[in-house]
Amino acid sequence: MRKKSNLIRPSEITSESNYLNRRDFIRAGAIAGGSLIAPSALSAIVPDSRLATLPGVSKSAYSTDEAPNSFEDISTYNNFYEFGLRKEDPVVNAEDFKPRPWTIEISGHAEKTGTFDFDDFMQPFDLEERIYRMRCVEAWSMVIPWVGISLADVVKHFQPTSKAQYVAFETLNDRAQMPGLRGRSLDWPYREGLTIAEATNPLPILAVGIYGKVIPNQNGAPIRLVVPWKYGFKGIKSIVKIHFSSTRPKTSWNMAAPNEYGFYANVNPGVNHPRWSQARERRIGGSIFASKQETLMFNGYGDEVAHLYKDLNLRRNF
Amino acid sequence: MNTLQQIRFVWKPIIFLICLLPAVLVVGDAFGITGGLGANPIEAILDRFGNWALRFIMIALAVTPLRRMTGWNWLSRFRRMLGLFTFFYAFMHFVTWFVLDREMRVDDIIEDLTERPFITLGFIAVLLLTAMAVTSVTAIRRRMGRNWQKLHYAAYAVGFLGVWHYWWQVKKDVAEPALYAAILTVLLGARVVNHWRNKKPGRHRPSR
Repeated sequence: MRKKSNLIRPSEITSESNYLNRRDFIRAGAIAGGSLIAPSALSAIVPDSRLATLPGVSKSAYSTDEAPNSFEDISTYNNFYEFGLRKEDPVVNAEDFKPRPWTIEISGHAEKTGTFDFDDFMQPFDLEERIYRMRCVEAWSMVIPWVGISLADVVKHFQPTSKAQYVAFETLNDRAQMPGLRGRSLDWPYREGLTIAEATNPLPILAVGIYGKVIPNQNGAPIRLVVPWKYGFKGIKSIVKIHFSSTRPKTSWNMAAPNEYGFYANVNPGVNHPRWSQARERRIGGSIFASKQETLMFNGYGDEVAHLYKDLNLRRNF
Repeated sequence: MNTLQQIRFVWKPIIFLICLLPAVLVVGDAFGITGGLGANPIEAILDRFGNWALRFIMIALAVTPLRRMTGWNWLSRFRRMLGLFTFFYAFMHFVTWFVLDREMRVDDIIEDLTERPFITLGFIAVLLLTAMAVTSVTAIRRRMGRNWQKLHYAAYAVGFLGVWHYWWQVKKDVAEPALYAAILTVLLGARVVNHWRNKKPGRHRPSR
């Protein structure tokens, strides 16, 4: 599942964020040591024009080698209720959305807090391409070549204190730009959260691009969460707030239907949604007669994340 | 041509072709001729057939109240065809689920039917529609006598089950199922009002 990559540049090896990020490799002996000396030569520069190519993107060893879905499928089949309830709504209704200027507020139990302009927020981090499987709770899946920054790097950068047990996220709540907010389908703003252990796992990213280009509005521009071992609804879009919390944050789908959507929402073929089976999934992009495929525990990312839940009853904590 | 002949040889074929159009468009879209079905074609086909089944049960149930309101008795000549189209779209929805979505896996299908109430509801509706479709043949109708009408009151149950099935299936967007529920309430309400009026003494009972 993991592809050992030889494409790591020296500039990345010496950066602190990548050093921390790639501890697995160091442990595996793939890299013969790292240093904490030099700051990154790359900084995450995200152009503010639509679909512009992202510069300085490195490959990631966490990418799957499965074939990615087409850009068209990824950018036209979206669950983004702020822009309408049907899958084909966001691509139309997010057309005029303005992902700039954008600020991200960091608050709660951390040494560094405040409101940051998007460019300043991104500057300390490195852009990586991560090709991840995405399993929706509705039993379909895609493979998406995201470009983003490691969430673990972001969390560490803001230096959460020992009181920070959870990381909470919020989506923009702007009625003028998001027609779906007029409906009361969910209790706005959209909210999501992770435990601090989940957020500092190397897999989650804050994505700013797809297929090497600036992320389309309907996919959560300018920045959205991607947690590949969890159901897609955990991947909160168009993030404006990140809060380090001592208590478990409320999360939108859990608030809407607590018996159907849990806080953890780990992909789990053994625990069915009350109204449908989670045992198998339909990979988007196949023919009408293509078979569904077996859903994998933790969406196939068990090697990286199963240890996080070894003392947890995953049936109760679905 | 008298009026009856005109209905039979002109209007019925025209209405038939119009009713068939949604199915033709699904096939056309599936082959990319008339459009497309998007990233998840099976879901799209399921939704399209299911939605049309609901629309047709509403249209079929609208015939009688509309006839009473307008006095256009010829409307009832189209009731069987509209009912059969309801069956057709519901059955296509069922077949899409059975063959394309569940891939004819018996275990999955039994699990769905027994553990997922919204699927059970939909399945009962398809069974009722099948019984009504089979008994819609004139010869069988005659032979069944009064039992025919009793069985065909199931059309009300089909409307109710269909809306309920849709309501339970959606994740959050109850706007459409709510719209169908409102229409169904009006259509069944009209019958209740009619029944209540006819019970009033001193009023002439209109012919059915």
